[in-house]
Amino acid sequence: MSMDRRGFLMAAAATLGAVVQDSLAGSGPAGKVADPASAGRALGPTTAADTDAAYQAIEKRLKCSCGCGLDIYTCRTTDFNCTYSPGLHQKVVALAEQGKTAQQIIDAFVVEYGPQVLMAPPKRGFNLIGYLVPSFVVLVAAGFLFLALRRWTRATAPGPAAVTPAAGTEASPAELERLRRELERLPG
Amino acid sequence: MTLLGHLSLWLALLLGLWGAVTGFAGGLQGRTDLQQSARHAVFAMFGALVIASISLEIAIFRHDFNVEYVAAYTSRNLPTFYLWSALYAGQKGSLLFWATVLGLFATLAQLLTSGRHRAYLPLVAAVTCTVAAFFVTVMLLGDANPFERLAYTPVDGRGMNPQLQNPGMVFHPPMLYLGYISITIPFAFAVAALLSKKLDVDWLVAIRKWTLVSWLFLSIGLLLGMWWAYVELGWGGYWAWDPVENAALLPWLVMTAFLHSVMIQEKRGMLKKWNLALVIGAWLLSIFGTFLTRSGVIASVHSFTQSPVGYFFLGFLLFAAAGTSILYVTRLPLLEADATLEYMVSREASFLFNNLLLIGIAFAVLWGTLLPILSEAVTGVKITVAAPWFNDVIVPIGLALLLLTGIGPLVAWRRASTPNLKRQFAVPATTGLFVLLILLVAGMRDLYVVLAIAFGGFVTGTVVQEFGRGASARHRQYGEPLALATLRLIGRNRRRYGGYIVHIGIVLLFIAFSGMAFKTETQATLRPGESATLRSPYGYVYTFTHLGVSQYDALNRRVTAALVDVSRDGKPVGRLKTEKRQHVDALGRNTFEPSTEVGIRSGVREDLYVVLGGLVNGTEQAVYRFTINPLVWWVWFGGYVLVAGGLIVLWPGGGPPAVRRTQAGYAVKLEAQR
Repeated sequence: MSMDRRGFLMAAAATLGAVVQDSLAGSGPAGKVADPASAGRALGPTTAADTDAAYQAIEKRLKCSCGCGLDIYTCRTTDFNCTYSPGLHQKVVALAEQGKTAQQIIDAFVVEYGPQVLMAPPKRGFNLIGYLVPSFVVLVAAGFLFLALRRWTRATAPGPAAVTPAAGTEASPAELERLRRELERLPG
Repeated sequence: MTLLGHLSLWLALLLGLWGAVTGFAGGLQGRTDLQQSARHAVFAMFGALVIASISLEIAIFRHDFNVEYVAAYTSRNLPTFYLWSALYAGQKGSLLFWATVLGLFATLAQLLTSGRHRAYLPLVAAVTCTVAAFFVTVMLLGDANPFERLAYTPVDGRGMNPQLQNPGMVFHPPMLYLGYISITIPFAFAVAALLSKKLDVDWLVAIRKWTLVSWLFLSIGLLLGMWWAYVELGWGGYWAWDPVENAALLPWLVMTAFLHSVMIQEKRGMLKKWNLALVIGAWLLSIFGTFLTRSGVIASVHSFTQSPVGYFFLGFLLFAAAGTSILYVTRLPLLEADATLEYMVSREASFLFNNLLLIGIAFAVLWGTLLPILSEAVTGVKITVAAPWFNDVIVPIGLALLLLTGIGPLVAWRRASTPNLKRQFAVPATTGLFVLLILLVAGMRDLYVVLAIAFGGFVTGTVVQEFGRGASARHRQYGEPLALATLRLIGRNRRRYGGYIVHIGIVLLFIAFSGMAFKTETQATLRPGESATLRSPYGYVYTFTHLGVSQYDALNRRVTAALVDVSRDGKPVGRLKTEKRQHVDALGRNTFEPSTEVGIRSGVREDLYVVLGGLVNGTEQAVYRFTINPLVWWVWFGGYVLVAGGLIVLWPGGGPPAVRRTQAGYAVKLEAQR
């Protein structure tokens, strides 16, 4: 197959154009890297659903089942090697596209994976007690401490009020008390 | 060398047992020959453990892959820096490291304890030898011998987990271990005081520096762990309320409570029972943390592999808890307070509430950590207790503690009068209210964030007022310039003013933590030249432009590096590199799954945090996560301030003797003038 000079120049220009276009920022197919495997699992392009704030909010309440301890959203955007979180994300998207509300999606996950799929246990039954116990213990202990303090302070005969040490005087309350007594003994 | 190491372990075990027996017998019977023998046993045990540690390091550096531990955690191409840290990268090595450091601290306690506290030393030797002997027993009998050999010799080792190949991970575990292990010394003094019935303030004076050392190491260890999690794990945060993180936080909280309540015993002779309970509790929690980390009973990303070692620790924990509880209860009649509280509104009372909240937080952390087990036991259903639960439950108690941090220093010892309270609270309360007003006017409506910053303002007002008054008093009294007066104020009373600096560090940490409420992020797939934008909470628009991907070999890994050009509101601010690393052994075989190295640009206002997720179909088209984390820089700065304050408190001198010298000098001067 022969090619005249004009054809050759056109083909060369097209090739050059294609090369230039390929290397133009963001306007052509990106080149292959030498060793794709060492860059981790091959990924697909980010979709609108991947960055949807409503889906993120749901996924942040659900735990990934890969054992990382993270929620689905954090896992899929942190451990890109995880093979569980992308599937769980797709499940959230699919349920949302069926018209389910956030709570219905979460309920569906609980039905399928059990309550441990929730990042925090539901506030009912024993788990509600789980939420309340620390604050309850602190409040009860504070009440007891208050009563104990009142009993101790009532049992103690009130002595002379300590002079508040001014900052920087470097004297202990006992020293200030001794100073006050010495001053009282001074004539006039 | 490993034979020598193995024999050294057996020798350390025998010496530890001998030290325990002679220490208890000599201490309780008053026999000086046994007491001397226990002391020498401590030194010899430490020597044997050092030889064992050196033997393991030599095996690591010689790449002796016939040793199972060396083959499991190192490889021929592991950088030298990480060959050192391989000593504690795995379960078995870390147990040896733990025992060796305990031997070091036990030796230092014998050598550095001053003359008037020496009566406790035989029993201290006995307790430290018992604990060290337990650790060596776990290694020798609990399937955790670091010198165990394989039936064959691999050509190369498996290598170190990529996430451990980070400078933070070289220093974070030893710092945390140093904190954990050094609690054994105050605990040993507490047990010695209980056994010998010498329960006056002497044992507290003997352990003062040790408790500070423990607290400081735990603080540094926790901060380094946060930093490592932030720069290495790639999820964009630094604290996840992981069970193992919680286990490290527990003794820190209890030690912090002790550092406050001990002042009441020193000044007023009160809270003897409470202080003893805190020291014993902190040590038991350190063993509990070790049990959690090593048993696999609770799932955690930090855990060592599941092994029977955990059950040794559980047994030891139960034995130690029962033993110390019985001892404690039998000594209660000897622990009556010398004085009682006289007034409700006093520094003592505020410290008691401070202790209540610190122990309350510790209880909440422990409760949350164990709740999955409890819930499953009660309801039969597994649950997850992660960050949302802890944020719901602990943040309100933490805020109350922050408020009390500002109140405590404003209330006088023994009794605070109303005029005094008004005078003390005026400036800090006004500062706090002013900050609150600014936040509300600025439109901030997140309750916890608003309270954290307003309380932070209040605490800062308190500290500044304390420094201001002290420095002004020196300025008036000695005519010193204010800057010099401030420095001398700190120097003359390091404990008090160092403590205030620690409080400022805590304020900075709280405010920095609240910044995470405004974290923003997005995910984008970009070809070279394409950009993604993200608006920061301050209103700036950041543009991230993907420049390209390059691949190269480095040390023990194949690197896939992606470069991003960053501009803020159209003005260039720099470039960030984020990587995928495929670690390989000396034969070029992949050792672990590819790991991620985050690109971080840290600033006073916010951090830019870029993660390379991967490549689309092996091309230069890259998947990124871009995150803007506000105020993270202040976490590290607050950490520095906290540690600096702790070091000031710990630094020798600067206490009452210096004050007495000054006063004596003035007395002489006045005499001369007459």
